[in-house]
Amino acid sequence: MSEQEIDLKKRRFLTGATSVVGAVGVGFVLVPFLSSWMPSARAKAAGAPVDVDVTKLEEGQLVRVLWRKKPIWIFKRDKAVLANLPTLDAELVDPNNTADQQPAYAKNSHRSINPEIAVIVGICTHLGCSPTYRPEVGAVDLGGDAWKGGFYCPCHGSKFDLAGRVYAGVPAPTNLVIPPYHFVTDSLIRIGIDPKAS
Amino acid sequence: MDNNKNWIDQRFPLTKVWNEHLAEYYTPRNFNFWYFFGSLAILVLVIQILTGIFLTMHFKPEAALAFASVEYIMRDVDWGWLIRYIHSTGASAFFVVIYLHMYRGLLYGSYKAPRELIWILGMVLYIALMAEAFMGYVLPWGQMSYWGAKVIINLFGSFPIVGEIILEFILGDYAVGDPVLNRFFSLHVIALPLILVILVFLHIVALHTVGSNNPDGVEIKKNKDANGIPKDGIPFHPYYSVKDIMGVVVFLMIFTSIVFFAPALGGYFLEAPNFVEANPLKTPDHIAPLWYLTPFYSVLRAIPPMFGSQLPGVLAMFAALLILIALPWLDRSKVKSIRYRSWPYKVALSIFVITFIVLGWLGMQAVTPLYSLMAQIFTALYFAFFILMPWFTSIGETKPVPERTTEH
Repeated sequence: MSEQEIDLKKRRFLTGATSVVGAVGVGFVLVPFLSSWMPSARAKAAGAPVDVDVTKLEEGQLVRVLWRKKPIWIFKRDKAVLANLPTLDAELVDPNNTADQQPAYAKNSHRSINPEIAVIVGICTHLGCSPTYRPEVGAVDLGGDAWKGGFYCPCHGSKFDLAGRVYAGVPAPTNLVIPPYHFVTDSLIRIGIDPKAS
Repeated sequence: MDNNKNWIDQRFPLTKVWNEHLAEYYTPRNFNFWYFFGSLAILVLVIQILTGIFLTMHFKPEAALAFASVEYIMRDVDWGWLIRYIHSTGASAFFVVIYLHMYRGLLYGSYKAPRELIWILGMVLYIALMAEAFMGYVLPWGQMSYWGAKVIINLFGSFPIVGEIILEFILGDYAVGDPVLNRFFSLHVIALPLILVILVFLHIVALHTVGSNNPDGVEIKKNKDANGIPKDGIPFHPYYSVKDIMGVVVFLMIFTSIVFFAPALGGYFLEAPNFVEANPLKTPDHIAPLWYLTPFYSVLRAIPPMFGSQLPGVLAMFAALLILIALPWLDRSKVKSIRYRSWPYKVALSIFVITFIVLGWLGMQAVTPLYSLMAQIFTALYFAFFILMPWFTSIGETKPVPERTTEH
């Protein structure tokens, strides 16, 4: 080889180019490793959305389904119940849903998309028990005339109204959680996925 | 014998490394009590790795089996209880030793130039150790494992927009469950110990490059004799290797007393709810991390949610941890050692130590209005120590630093 002068500029360029290509390669190789941490196909299947047909749901009736291992209540409220909800505001901790316990589309007086159909995660926000459904107005053991129907947690006595809003003076600190859901058709609810618009 | 040594030395720098780091590594002759804890930290690391290897042989990293496999170790494996209690006590002992080691740095200004990098490597070690301890605590899959993991992991969900994705990334699921236990096991057993060992190696290489600080904060390399040996230095081996063995004996007496007579140490080393298997439907009455994380947990709880988000508290907690890294540049004092510092630093350091202990205590308590207020006051004091440091280290009269180390 003839004696050549070392071309430092070329050397620097080649070093730089090799480093950049190498870094891009490392970046691509990182993707499968980082992706392996995301929920696996099995976890996703176990957390898949659940469809519920509410065609046959009668007023006052409540059905329970499991979504991501959590009990979800779907129940139908009649006009009298909906009319009662605002009258309870004074007795509630958070009547206007300021705490982040529901998606934006359920941040309203009835805490649902369709005012009649309520969809609520049936887990007490105190210690995770599942409250019982007590829709009968004026139940003697729950305060008589003051009770407008709702949910009662047998573990520590927390009370919620028929929109899942917590009463003041009970152990549970916040309203019940509203899961993401939307109506596929007028009578088919898909729990686990937000409506397209939001 | 000499022939064998030569054979190796031609192929590997055995004698050279031995001399550079032990037999001819000159260490200040005036080390005191506070200089035991570096070598003790290495001892605890070795204990943790050895006991961890044996625990891994019997442990099942699966949500359905983990708790039972720990009970199996405790009851059915011969001497399993001893190995596990050494490991669980070792975790707390690690932090006792590390906190004393760090306090030594604050006392004698060991983080100041030219030892900034030793300090930074040490801080990264400390943070990695916290992660290692937290993940280890999740593995037995008791109530506190589960709910502690839930609380800490949910902190990452408080970041706006990306929070939800980060949560799913960490959890590998939509709730704390089997995937997170499995990956914490991997990180706890392979990734973090490997990182810890590498960082310890770098920490020591950096230390041996600049040499140890000492209680007088005097650079012994400035005064060398005709042979180039520091006049105030003595070879690490045998002088300090023997001294450190004495420290090891005393340490092991205390350590084994706890292992044999009080492995839970009244709930401080092992919390009572963790003797109950994880139950996603039942939250313990009171969730608190182990004592070594509580000062930062207090900072987290002291900051109230703002704009409907926990984010400010989370950021404050991380800031409380990361601000320690800036210490070498916040300290403007001319002298290193507390012996020659001005009084404002002595007062500030005393307040800081009290602050750290009070925050740690508050982090174990259930929240009451009084405790919340106290946590806020002491969080402010904690940050004040660092923010005001450039000021209080540059005022007041410092004492003259001697040329040579003082006799003791």
